[in-house]
Order: sequence, then structure tokens, then C-alpha cells
Amino acid sequence: MSVGLVLVSHSAKLAEGLAEVAAQMAPDVTVIPVGGVPGGGIGTDYDGVVEALRRANSGDGVVVLYDLGSAQMTAELAVESMGEPGAAVLADSPFVEGTVAAAVAAQGGADQAAVRQAAAAAGAPGQEAPSATGAVDVESVELELSNEVGLHARPAALLARSLARIEADVSVRLGEQEADAHSVLALMSLGARKGDRIEIRARGAQAEQALRTVTELVEGHFGEADGTH
Amino acid sequence: MGCTADGIADALRAAAETVAEHRAELIELDRAIGDGDHGENMNRGFAAIVSALDSGVPEGPGAVLKLAATTLISKVGGAAGPLFGTAFLRAATVVGAASEMDTQAVVAALRAALEGVQARGKAVEGDKTMVDALLPAVAAGEAAAGLPGADVAAVLAAAADAAAKGAEATVDLVARKGRASYLGERSAGHTDPGARSTALLLGSFATLAAR
Repeated sequence: MSVGLVLVSHSAKLAEGLAEVAAQMAPDVTVIPVGGVPGGGIGTDYDGVVEALRRANSGDGVVVLYDLGSAQMTAELAVESMGEPGAAVLADSPFVEGTVAAAVAAQGGADQAAVRQAAAAAGAPGQEAPSATGAVDVESVELELSNEVGLHARPAALLARSLARIEADVSVRLGEQEADAHSVLALMSLGARKGDRIEIRARGAQAEQALRTVTELVEGHFGEADGTH
Repeated sequence: MGCTADGIADALRAAAETVAEHRAELIELDRAIGDGDHGENMNRGFAAIVSALDSGVPEGPGAVLKLAATTLISKVGGAAGPLFGTAFLRAATVVGAASEMDTQAVVAALRAALEGVQARGKAVEGDKTMVDALLPAVAAGEAAAGLPGADVAAVLAAAADAAAKGAEATVDLVARKGRASYLGERSAGHTDPGARSTALLLGSFATLAAR
């Protein structure tokens, strides 16, 4: 099982849409949207959040993300109402970026604290990639992106996810830019497209395996039907 | 004379009437600098309190306050839900299982309500929120309670008066919390809806207590 997510929004459409985006990148994570008030208006639904917290908790805990002011307060009250302290925690993050980062972290098997941390770190501009540059034991490989969409959302998520259980610091370079390969958002913000040459650098006990994994993904067009059309 | 469970229930019914009367005004205020739902949300919440009380007034003023709190939290849907909900919840906790609230208990409940609102909403004085009505109200209530012959009516009258003045003074403020804060300087020139509804609630409690 994994950490569950509850998305508290003023709008049902907003919460549901965001849950869809998150599910695309983290298919095995329970993501429950709670948007709007019963009957369909704009607002936040306390009872709905309480119910969602219960459903989202498979035993590994829940991280709650929210959009604006009253959603935060409603979520806080709901979290406080839970019998088990710490079963659910709020993540203070941008709603969309935080949710995506949290979902990917949860998919990779991160615990509740790490999922919350992933959300909190998301959306902070210029987030640091743990740069592998300059270290002696850096392995690297240069690859050409041949899949249709480049390092877009799904491939970026796939890449970050595939590295989750490999013990290595991995970064991806495109020209002068470098991104932490464990961060979907950082990968996406590289804007690497089809035909771009990227350099993968890895450091750590399983650096070689990390490079092999990334190479297989890139050469396999990230599972896209055919990278050539 | 102290406040019994029935007294608190009557105060909540009076508040519901006041909120219903001022529904349009609160909507207008909120439309100017917020999302326009405050009047509707408050009205829905207090109407739900009245229906809950109609099906039975719980035993003790603390339990009545708690019923108001949980109803507002569940039914309001906007920021007023968790904020007023937390206010009533903290007040209920202070009252505990006592069968009646004396003057000191009313003052303590007001203080607890303020602290609850500040803990929940993280607003301080001058942020153009309900704190700007509630904070002077609590101070005035505490001062009134210290005067000779003070009773619940005197405390609530002083609190309501200070809340009304505090709410009026939010006109000049620039919002730093809540939806209005997105407007920046443009939020000045309008009364804060939450401060106004706080003043309305305390005003209805004071009017009832003075009877």
C-alpha cells in the first residue's frame, strides 16, 4: 500500500481534475478529491473531508493538500477530528505542483513524512538538483530523446518513479540546465523535447543500474507506441 | 442572572434572525472584496443551528455551544465555518459541563473564542478580518466585567459596542488575510464582512441579554 492523498478544494471540478492529473502519474496511489459543497456550490465540505480521510488511509497515513484559505482551515479541523493523531497531515504547498509531487513520491513508496516533504518542496522556484558535477565517482551517459513528447509529464513521472528504489543520486542535464531526476517537476521544467540530447549523471552505490534504467526507458521511448511517427 | 442552555439557545435563535435580516448586506460586503458567499453561508449555517435546536436543546450551555460549533463547521462551506465553528467550540470547552454561565464564564468564553479564531485563521489585529471586531470586543467585555455590579448584559453590551466600532474601522484597512488580501490596496474602502458578521452576532446576543 502507499500513502493516500486527499485534495480539498472549493470546486468539485478543480479537485477532480487535479486527481485525474495525479492519477496519470501515480496510478496506484489513492487520491480522493473533495471539492465544493454538497449540492454542487463553491465551498469546502467538512463532512466530505472527514469521510475522505477515512477512505484514503490504508494504514500508511494520509497527506492532505488544499487550495485556498477556508480549505486549509476545514482540512485542519477534519485532521484534528481523527481519532489517531498523525494519521493525516496537511502539506503546505501549491495545490497543483504539490499534489503531483506528493502523488509521485507516494507512488515511489515514500512514507508520509517524505510525501509531505515532496509536496512542500514542489513549486519552490529554482529547486536545487543534488548536483553530481565535480564528484570523482560520477557515471554518466548521453542519450537522445526519441519519443514523441520528450520529457513531458508522463515520461518524467515514469523516469522519477523508476529511480525511486535505486540507490543513486541522478541528475539530467540539458545544455546548461540540470534537474534532479527524482523530481518530476524539475524534469518537466527542463523542457527537453524529442531530438534533444540529454546527459544523465549518476552517483552512488547503484549509479550504474540507474544509468541502465534510464537508458532503457529512453531507448524504449518511455513505452510510447512508436517514437518515430 | 447567568446563561442556561435555554438562554444560549435563545441567543443563537436571535443571532440566526439577525443573520437572515442582514444576509443581503453581508453578500454585498463580501462581493466587494471577497467571493460574495458570506451572507449565504452564514444564513445557511445559522438556519441549520435553529433546526438542530428545534429537534432538541442539549443539556447545559456548553453542549449547546458545541452543537452550534459542529453545525457551523459542517454547514457553512466558507471560511466562516471553521472560524466561527472554532470560536464556539473553544467557548464550549471553557464552559464544560457547567449548568449555567455567570459573568466570568461569559468573559472567559469570549476570550477563548478569540483565541480559537486567531489559532485557526492566524490573523492578527489590523489584518482586516473578524479579529478586528472580536479582539476589541473581548477587551471591552473584560473591562466591563471588572466594574461594580457587572452582569452578563453589561459585558455583552460593551463587547457588542466595541465589535461594531471595530468592524466599522476595518473600512480603512488593507486586507492581509483571506480572499480580500488578493486585492491588496483595493480592499481598502470596504467593511470586512467577517468583522461585520461578528459585530452582528454579538449585537444580537447583547440585545437579547438586555431584555
